[in-house]
Amino acid sequence: MPGKLKVKIVAGRHLPVMDRASDLTDAFVEVKFGNTTFKTDVYPKSLNPQWNSEWFKFEVDDEELQDEPLQITVLDHDTYSANDAIGKVYIDIDPLLYSEAATVISGWFPIYDTIHGIRGEINVVVKVDLFNDLNRFRQSSCGVKFFCTTSIPKCYRAVVIHGFVEELVVNEDPEYQWIDRIRTPRASNEARQRLISLMSGELQRKIGLKVLEMRGNAVVGYLQCFDLEGESGLVVRAIGTACTLDKLSNTSAFLPACNSPSKEMKEIPFNEDPNPNTYSSGPSTPLKNQTYSFSPSKSYSRQSSSSDTDLSLTPKTGMGSGSAGKEGGPFKTLLRQQTQSALEQREFPFFTLTTFPPGFLVHVGGVVSARSVKLLDRIHNPDEPETRDAWWAEIRQEIKSHAKALGCHAVVGYSESTSICEEVCILSASGTAAVLNPRFLQDGTMEGCLEQRIEEASPPGCGFCHIPYDELNMPFPAHLTYCYNCRKQKVPDVLFTTIDLPVEAIVVGKGCLIQARLCRLKKKAQAEANATSISNLLPFMEYEVHTQLMNKLKLRGMNALFGLRIQITVGENMLMGLASATGVYLAALPTPGGIQIAGKTPNDGTYEQHISHMQKKINDTIAKNKELYEINPPELPEEIIGSPIPEPRQRSRLLRSQSESSDEVTELDLSHGKKDAFVLEIDDTDAMEDVHSLLTDVPPPSGFYSCNTEIMPGINNWTPEIQMFTAVRVSRLSNINPTNQTLNKNFNDLCENLLKSLYFKLRSMVPCCLCHVNFTVALPEDELVQIAVTAVAITYDKNQALQANKAPTEKSQQRASTDNEEQLQFPLELCSDPLSSQPFSPAKEVLEGASSHTGIPAAQRDRCNSWIELIKLKAQTIRRGSIKTTTSLEKASPLAEGYLRHRSVPSGTNSTVSVVKMTPLSFLPGAKITKYLGIINMFFIRETTSLREEGGVSGFLHAFIAEVFAMVRAHVAALGGNAVVSYIMKQCVFMENPNKNQAQCLINVSGDAVVFVRESELEVLPPQPAAAAQPTGAAGDVTT
Amino acid sequence: MSSDLDVFVGNTTLIDEEVYRLWLDGHSVAEAVARRLRGGLLEREATSVAVLQSDTRDHYRTFQMLERLLHAPPRLLQQLLFQIPPERQALLVQRYYAFDEALARELLGKKLSKGTKKELDEVSARTGVGIRSCRRQFDNFKRVFKAVEELRGPLAENIQQLFLLPPSLARDYAAIVFFANSRFETGKRRLQFLSFGDFAACAQSMMAHWSQGALAPEAAEPDGDLPKSFLQDLKELKVLVTDKDLLDQHKSLVCSALRGKISVYNELEANFKALSRALVNVGGKLTHARDVRDFFVDLVEKVIEPCRSDKWSPGDLRLFLQHYTAAPRNLPGFRHQALWERYMAAISACLLRMFHD
Repeated sequence: MPGKLKVKIVAGRHLPVMDRASDLTDAFVEVKFGNTTFKTDVYPKSLNPQWNSEWFKFEVDDEELQDEPLQITVLDHDTYSANDAIGKVYIDIDPLLYSEAATVISGWFPIYDTIHGIRGEINVVVKVDLFNDLNRFRQSSCGVKFFCTTSIPKCYRAVVIHGFVEELVVNEDPEYQWIDRIRTPRASNEARQRLISLMSGELQRKIGLKVLEMRGNAVVGYLQCFDLEGESGLVVRAIGTACTLDKLSNTSAFLPACNSPSKEMKEIPFNEDPNPNTYSSGPSTPLKNQTYSFSPSKSYSRQSSSSDTDLSLTPKTGMGSGSAGKEGGPFKTLLRQQTQSALEQREFPFFTLTTFPPGFLVHVGGVVSARSVKLLDRIHNPDEPETRDAWWAEIRQEIKSHAKALGCHAVVGYSESTSICEEVCILSASGTAAVLNPRFLQDGTMEGCLEQRIEEASPPGCGFCHIPYDELNMPFPAHLTYCYNCRKQKVPDVLFTTIDLPVEAIVVGKGCLIQARLCRLKKKAQAEANATSISNLLPFMEYEVHTQLMNKLKLRGMNALFGLRIQITVGENMLMGLASATGVYLAALPTPGGIQIAGKTPNDGTYEQHISHMQKKINDTIAKNKELYEINPPELPEEIIGSPIPEPRQRSRLLRSQSESSDEVTELDLSHGKKDAFVLEIDDTDAMEDVHSLLTDVPPPSGFYSCNTEIMPGINNWTPEIQMFTAVRVSRLSNINPTNQTLNKNFNDLCENLLKSLYFKLRSMVPCCLCHVNFTVALPEDELVQIAVTAVAITYDKNQALQANKAPTEKSQQRASTDNEEQLQFPLELCSDPLSSQPFSPAKEVLEGASSHTGIPAAQRDRCNSWIELIKLKAQTIRRGSIKTTTSLEKASPLAEGYLRHRSVPSGTNSTVSVVKMTPLSFLPGAKITKYLGIINMFFIRETTSLREEGGVSGFLHAFIAEVFAMVRAHVAALGGNAVVSYIMKQCVFMENPNKNQAQCLINVSGDAVVFVRESELEVLPPQPAAAAQPTGAAGDVTT
Repeated sequence: MSSDLDVFVGNTTLIDEEVYRLWLDGHSVAEAVARRLRGGLLEREATSVAVLQSDTRDHYRTFQMLERLLHAPPRLLQQLLFQIPPERQALLVQRYYAFDEALARELLGKKLSKGTKKELDEVSARTGVGIRSCRRQFDNFKRVFKAVEELRGPLAENIQQLFLLPPSLARDYAAIVFFANSRFETGKRRLQFLSFGDFAACAQSMMAHWSQGALAPEAAEPDGDLPKSFLQDLKELKVLVTDKDLLDQHKSLVCSALRGKISVYNELEANFKALSRALVNVGGKLTHARDVRDFFVDLVEKVIEPCRSDKWSPGDLRLFLQHYTAAPRNLPGFRHQALWERYMAAISACLLRMFHD
């Protein structure tokens, strides 16, 4: 009996009229937790009842506290007939169970009914008294913090990152129970909502237990999903990364700037394992990465690794011998052995995080993914989780082995998903194979980490690009070159990852959203035949998706993809693939070669002409894109740095795209049985179509950029103005005789039009960037395609953006010296990048200036014995400086102030609703998150039997999404928060039956409730030592 | 490929002022799209008609959902469904309650009943305001009327509080409510030269000087009704025209004060008695609801038109009214100076406002 839950019902407002005679309502409230129910008095004849109830007290054990939601039902009292329900509020009390989060939940909640939507509001106060030390209770896991954020949360420091946690619970879906035939839709919906709430609670508790077992205290990157399997059940599963987090004190918490998710260092203590050579058995051809398995339980399974495709176009080097690393080689090997062995002790060395502290990621191998097709009606014991557990274990094992094949022992940016159609289910998992820094994993003070970075052979800006695999024993054929940044290690020519762009990465120009879209028809079939045909289609789809991605990447003149997410959706008669990623130009990787078209039928004049015309168009597009995304890779760095690489080598590199493409083909045939990405062979009309479709992607209108990662590379001067939105479209593919080509075109148009419409809607925010653009595709019925997009538009300051690319520090200096003309001289020198032809000595001065205020100890600067390293370090410090600069600029920008003023308006007027920001990002531009209040995980069902009256399907869904937002905001506000970060709409299942005038929709959303403070407001707080040390601190003084 | 379902929902509700305008004007989605196209939006934003349609539909849906809340603006501030910055909320309310003066002019003094609503088709044709917009504006008038009908205290302030309108708009609504309440006749041909603004100004003067709120803030009666006791008292003023001595003395006082100061002195001297009778009798008749209706007709017919035909200038009228109001102070045996001045303050203000072509 370790807890007492106390609930007080204060008042209601705007209740619906329940009594037609009087136009009033006699409302009372039932408060239910577990099996205990309390009731308030009836407040007669009012639409704004004031119950002001006593404290209702529930004495419960903490297991129950974690699992059960608090259920508040508002009813209309009726003397003669049954009381009518007005609506319900479910409150997850989990945030009250750990000390640092919320202490009280208090506020107005929308009263929600699954048939009528929001019907008025109710004011509730909830408190929890916990009697005992929580950690003594093993049945529960009270006190374990959950974060949806896929980086270390801002005001915490990771002491230990323990690793992967997962759990899965199964239950019968109330909608498929026999009783559903006799109960009302409302009762059925409520049963489902309640069940999922319970299951989420249970799941979270079980995961919490695992975390406690690992001696952690938090789960980061927590991702919970529902599988509505239908007859076979309802699955709730979750994955996350267990961590031990430490709350940062205020001063150190100020250091990480807004734009850098998690700059804190983490360490992972791992045991050493004397078994360093396991990886050497990695496959040498890509075919080994692709496995085809039929599981004995008669369910068809097929796993393929996406790594095969992307990486086959991607080179790798070995880690074992000195061929790759020069000075760093042996050291690197040693480190790798340590880490790898440590990680290998874990069943699954996976991390759901996508952003890491600088230096944590040593090398990135590439994307690994696995899929498997299962038949749900073949589950022996559908009520038990074992079968699904086994399925996922199988897939994870697959992922692990793919990672190994890439010479990596960890997978980062890991995620799992499903797609279900009738009894067929595709399970997918993907992540990025990586090598992690053992120094981080063993002993880790901040200084240690910094030293590590400097001593280590791979410089921070490019180290993660260096190949982790053995050059002589590559898992697949690829092109390697020496890193364009450090010239010491080998890098691939293209890099695909599922993680966010590391903060330390050196990027040229801006990034952009790249999508590959694909439809494949499939015969309608049953059971095994169906599963087989899906399994047969999957490899082709994956291949084509990758080809498309590669071509589109080249078309934009870029060489790396971040945040790659490939979604394969299964429908009755087709499969759809949608891959989204953010393309960037990494300075460390070689300039991508162009795309060449080769015709198959020579000696045809018009044909040749046509080909050359297309070739020209492609070349023009590439040139245009390079301009648009400001991709002007430095041409002269060798001259400044002193070119450690001999000239001829460089020349050969320039020729690479032609020379290599020819001999590459044969090798690639092994993996794909098709062609090289560089050369598009136009051998039939299909290929022609493909080329055409490449060119149909319209760039966003001027002033717009888009990406699906947290931060848009190349833009760092965000203003606090953000707009999160969800857009949903359902389209009918109306072709009578659809072919793959027409479907592709339809699908492509659908996505492009959706994007176009977003740009138009948000035109008032220009210049702005759509960040974290997240597309989800569903095939609810034959010929119906549903696309849901959630993203956030953030306005940035255009004037500063122009300078920002070149010299972020310059801005801070300018700010500091706005009233001091002479000082301008110095900052202008500062803007000389390592790229410009600035003489060496002034650069050094500048460097000292820069590093002294970015907090790098002088001792470390001295350790830089070569001037190359100095410049590298400088590039890094400028980068870090830039982050702080933005911070200060945001403080000072008139926009920020204007915004503040506008925000303070409501307190003056009689507005009682506090503003709650929502964003899919882990941060809020221009603001600092001071407190995490707990996870928001909500599931709603809405149903209507009067679809036409509610404005048709669009009116119905529009209202429902608005209601979901409103309920999320109300919960956050009641917790005392003013924002939701890492917000995600995980599910939006929409079903309609226009003939019956009915529709139903299920939405599942989650995020982290937080308290943020505007940085302009922070300035007023007591002096921050970190800020004071910078010139920007002075700027702040001027402006405040 | 057709889009069956197409929605966009922002955490902060997007409000497009242009589309709001079109919606308020009662255009259908198709009309609104056509108008936006004509505005050159397509070229400016380099987008497609389909995008414009989808965008317009989204906005229309939002406005339809908001409309329920706009009927009680304080709810718009409290509701949780739409997150709208305060200045945007104010804009929504203000635009929703803004009205076409031509329409308001037509409806002034009419009963805000279903019967009147049915006549809106004609009104729409006369004023050129779309019928849907007419209905919405009519409903606004009626809603405001119903809400403040029974309330005490200053009408404009009550409206401002209940509907969160800017002061000037609230005053206009107060005038509309005042007219609807007293049912003044405004539709006669000879009143056609008066604009809504003229009548609104008159209503404001009348409420300012005559209503109970003007004397005692804790008035027992709603502002929209003229206090009965005051109207009753106005009968006492008839002495100014029924008592021959008083009338003569009043005339001589005014004439001597104005001699040489106004251009129409002779006409004034000739018409003084008629004018004075008209001015006093207008007030005397206010006790009967039926006569109240003719208030403005009488003023125009018996004061404004004679003066105009005698070519009075507005300055002449002002000077005359000033002295005409002040003079009785010096009349022996006239004990209603305070009442007289309170009465004449509003009458003067009305006349001066109405005295134009």
